[in-house]
This record gives sequence, structure tokens and C-alpha cells, in this order.
Amino acid sequence: MIRNFLIAILVVAGCWFAATAAHAQGGLQVPKTAPAGQELRISGVNGTAYVFGPATAFKTKVDGELVITGDKLRAAGRYTVVAGESSGTFFVVPDAVGNVAFLARPSRVPAAKPNVISGTAFVLDKYNNLIMQPTPVKFDLAVPGTPAETRSETSKYGVAYVRMDSGKKSGAAQFVAQSGDTQVRRVVQQTASDPCNIRMKAEPSKNGILVTTDPIKDCAGNAVPDGTIVTFTEVDLSGRSTVDSRIKKGFAQAELPNTPGADLTVASGVVIGNEIHWGGK
Amino acid sequence: MYRVIPIAIAILTVVLVAAGTVHTGGEGAAKSPDGAVRALYEHAKGRDFKSAYQYVSPSSNTDEQAFVRDMGGRDGSLRTYSNLQSVDTRILNQNDNAAMVRATTEWSTAVGAVYDTRDLKVVNDNGTWKVDWAVEKQTKVPPQVIPVNYLRWDIVTRGSDDDWGAQNVEAPRVRIVSMNAIERDGATIVMGEIENEDTVPAFVAVNATLVDKNSNVIGEESSFDKISHTLLPKEISPFRIDFPKVKLAAVKSVRMQPNSMLVPASADPVIGVLHEHVDKDPRGRPVLKGELINQSGATVNIPHVLATYYDGSGKVVWVSDGYIDQALQPQTPVPFSVGLQQDVASNVHNYRVTVNEYSLDRPQ
Repeated sequence: MIRNFLIAILVVAGCWFAATAAHAQGGLQVPKTAPAGQELRISGVNGTAYVFGPATAFKTKVDGELVITGDKLRAAGRYTVVAGESSGTFFVVPDAVGNVAFLARPSRVPAAKPNVISGTAFVLDKYNNLIMQPTPVKFDLAVPGTPAETRSETSKYGVAYVRMDSGKKSGAAQFVAQSGDTQVRRVVQQTASDPCNIRMKAEPSKNGILVTTDPIKDCAGNAVPDGTIVTFTEVDLSGRSTVDSRIKKGFAQAELPNTPGADLTVASGVVIGNEIHWGGK
Repeated sequence: MYRVIPIAIAILTVVLVAAGTVHTGGEGAAKSPDGAVRALYEHAKGRDFKSAYQYVSPSSNTDEQAFVRDMGGRDGSLRTYSNLQSVDTRILNQNDNAAMVRATTEWSTAVGAVYDTRDLKVVNDNGTWKVDWAVEKQTKVPPQVIPVNYLRWDIVTRGSDDDWGAQNVEAPRVRIVSMNAIERDGATIVMGEIENEDTVPAFVAVNATLVDKNSNVIGEESSFDKISHTLLPKEISPFRIDFPKVKLAAVKSVRMQPNSMLVPASADPVIGVLHEHVDKDPRGRPVLKGELINQSGATVNIPHVLATYYDGSGKVVWVSDGYIDQALQPQTPVPFSVGLQQDVASNVHNYRVTVNEYSLDRPQ
């Protein structure tokens, strides 16, 4: 009998404690979470209500139902509602993927090098809230005219990261990060390395000797970028003549004085090409 | 009485006209060879080329227009932006009929003083000395089309509406490939070479900071015009930074900082440097001489020559420069000479000449 009485007291005390706790919680019927950017209705609110969260704070007169419009709930995070002596909290969670911030490094890279290109994708909703849930992200890297190298990663705490090899072919590689229907493109210029070798030929011209190189390529067969300096030098008894020519359309060309017995050389950076002894005895 | 006044006025008019005529006739008269040269340059100083031309001997076969172009510059060259500051003359030899006068002129320009030394023949023309002003005949390039595969780099930069992940293209990779510090005339001079190792054009500048033994900064300077600021891929430029009134002994270390920036650039014009050799100038001082030839089809208005000198071990021992006050017409050689100190010349085993260009009409 006493035992039943004690149990009854404990049950009553538990109920009383729960009721007190519920009262302390505020008594507002707020949801645990709400999607970013969508309208939220909270019933049972009367009088002046105060709402504050990560990027908003406002007060409003409420008669029965508090309506928080979507534009006030764009930033993800913890929101608090206070009405009279009642209060409640809820979390605004990011919406579906709507944006990807994509960092691609470097902007120029030598062709055919392993693990030299890095891509970091930050997965965001359309209000730029970082989506913390694991989300698949696909990375594609390709120079036009070559098959793309594709890698799929899953974001962790909103970030997906990948390291990729540069392709064998030089050119402007399109580096694309895609999540859901959202894709972002960056350009990584894959460049040829130093010339593998330089060969020139010389022929008489109207104003002297016309020296022209064969197409200048790196050891992987990629054309050395146009504009790269190629130095032609002629040494004869009257001194030395030099022309810093630029590679245009794959080869370099210059005119040097026509002096019999002159030695002609060609070089680009640290690479030296063939030598020609021009005429003379 | 009423006739006296008109007669007096008429006489006065005749006297004044005669006086004026006598004065004008006397302006072209120089009584000494160096006086003639001096008078010619003095008029040129005031840009009164017409009066200056009166001191030019008819035997020189130079018409007035050619003289004005030679003295005042043409084709937007540096000379067209110059003013004659001073002239110094010295008679090298003289007889009754002719003399040789050395004229050393100093021209003030936007890029500093430019000095010119010219040996002029002066002839005695019935008691009046006149200058035999020979204008170097410039080869005229016949009208033609010079095909140029115009190569240029343009840059797409980040837009204001791009997301924060869209960063600008990285700055070009440049490297100081050699460096040397010396003391000369009470100044510490830091020189060397910088290379654009990248595949895109770079605008470069080199900063140097001198630090003493107590780690205090005693000087901070940057390369100004003794460098080629725009470097194409794999192009190497010399640089020289002067620290006046800083003793090298007070310097413990030098901090070098190469800076580079990605800029739109053009690969043209190509300027060849022909027949480079170390020679002597008329005063017997060593100079690096040669010819520049513009291998493109457009005029280069102001060429700037940079010369790098190396010792036997390949170390950069001096960097000098000079502006050429003559424009480079297409396919037309133009001589240049860059000064070199005697002690440096004896140590020089090799040299390299590069050319900066400034063109009025060409977008950079």
C-alpha cells in the first residue's frame, strides 16, 4: 500500500517536473528544423514576438499564428522565437544544392605531371549556406579534343577536394565541378615544357640570311607556346649579331647579316640548338 | 618747313631699313670655326632652326628641311622631345680654309641627359666660317607590305559578379638568375638578371633592400629604367639598382624581391642587334657599339638599349643603358653606342644587348 503510494507520488512529481520543464521551454510549438528560404508558421503565439537568428532579428505583433516569411530565413543556423514568457528555438537547414564555389589551382601547369592540379568545391544551397550533409561532387578535367579525366568525390562538412594529373596534351583544360544540376567551370592552362631540341635552317634572303627553326616542341610532342623567346646569334669578324625572335605559329624566324664565314647558333632558355657555318672557306 | 618733316621721316626710314639689313646680314657671319659651330647650336637651342641653318655651308649639300629633321629629330624620336642644354666646342685642327671642330652637346630629355659628340668640318667661305653639316642619308624603305603575324596576349580578369572561388589568373613565375653587388664612385650597385620562366608575359620589377650588420635597413630601392619591364616567356632582362652614398663595406646582406604582374602584351616588334663589338669613341673611351634593326613593319619611336657585361666566369659585372635619339624605321639599321668604364672593359669577356622599345601608335 505504502509502496503504491510512493509510486503515485513519484509519477505526480515526474508529471509536475515535465510540465515545469515544458513551461520553461516556452510552450511554443516550434518545429525542430525548417528549410532555408521557406515560410514558417508557428501557432499559439499571441502578443509581441521577437525572432532572432544568424542574419536576422525582428519583432512583430502576432494574433494566434506567427508567420516568418522565407526571405527572413535564408541563413542557416539556430533561430530563437520569444513571445511573452514563452520561447522556442529551431534550426534552419540548407536547401538543396544551388551553388558551388570552386577553387582550381594552379591556373597554369606543365602538361603530363602527376597530382599537380587541385580542385576544391564548396557545396552551397542557393542562399550560399554550406551544405554539411555528404553530397556527391563530380570533377571533370579535359583539354578540348581529348577524353576527360573524371573523379567523383563526396563532400565532407561541405567541402569536396580532389588532386588530378595534368593531361598529356597542352591547351586550355576545362576543369568542371558538378553537384546536382549545378556546375562551375574553371580554366587550367596546360603548357608545354622546355623545347626538347631546336633545329634551324638558313637560307639567303633579300636582306641577309633568313634563319628559320623547325616547329619547336617539348619532349612530349607539345608545341612550345607562341611568344617564347628564341635567340639567333651570328658571330663573324665584325662582331656578334643577335635577334631575340618570338615563336609564332610554332616556329621562330629572323634575319641576320649575310657575312661569309659566320657561325650561326640558336637557343631558347637553357636549350641550345644546332650550329651552322655560313659560306666562307 | 612743311617739307622738312616728310623728308626727315623718309631719311629716317631709309636709315632704319639699312640698319636692319646690316644686322640681318651680320647674323650669319662667324669669324672663327668654333664660333660658327657655337652660333649654329645656340640658335638650335632656341629651336630657331632657320637661323641655325644660316651657319651651314652650301657645300654640305644639305637642304634646310633635312637639317631641321637632323637637328630637331623626326618620327617621334627621343630628339623631338629633347632640348639642347649646353654645347662645348674644341678645335681639333685648323688651317686657313678649313677646320675640324668637336662639338659635345648635352640634351635634356624626359629620360635624363643625353650626350652627343660630333666632329664637324668647318669651312672658310670668303672670310666667314660655315659648318659643313653632312646629314646621314637614311635608306628609304620602298612602299611595301611587311606581313606580321601579330601575336598578343589579352587577359580575362575576375568580374565583380563572379563567385569568390573565381580567382584571377596567377602572376607569372619569374626568377632572379644572377646577382652581384659592387661599389663604384661611392655608391653600392646591385645588378643581375631576371628571367620570366612562365609561358605568359610578365611585367617585372626588382626591389633590393640593403641591411647592415645590426640588421638595420640602410637602403631600399627598385630598378627604374635599367631593366626591361615587360618580359615575354623565357626572356631574360638585366637589372641594375644604384644606392648612392652607401658604402658596400657597410652592407651585410641584400634582400632581393622580384615582383611580377600578368599584363596584356604584344610580341612585336622584333629588334635585331647587329655587329655588336666593344670599340672606342672619338674621345678614346670604350663603348659597346653596334646597329639596331627593326625587323617589324611599324616605326619604333624611342629605342632603349640595355647592355649586360660578363666576366670570364659568366658573372654579371656591369649593366649599362642608353637611349637612342633616333627612331627605328622598319628594316633600317640605326647605329648605337653605350658607354663603358675603362676598368670594366678590361674585365669584360662577354656581353649581351637587349632592346626596350617605346612606340607611339602601338598599343602595349
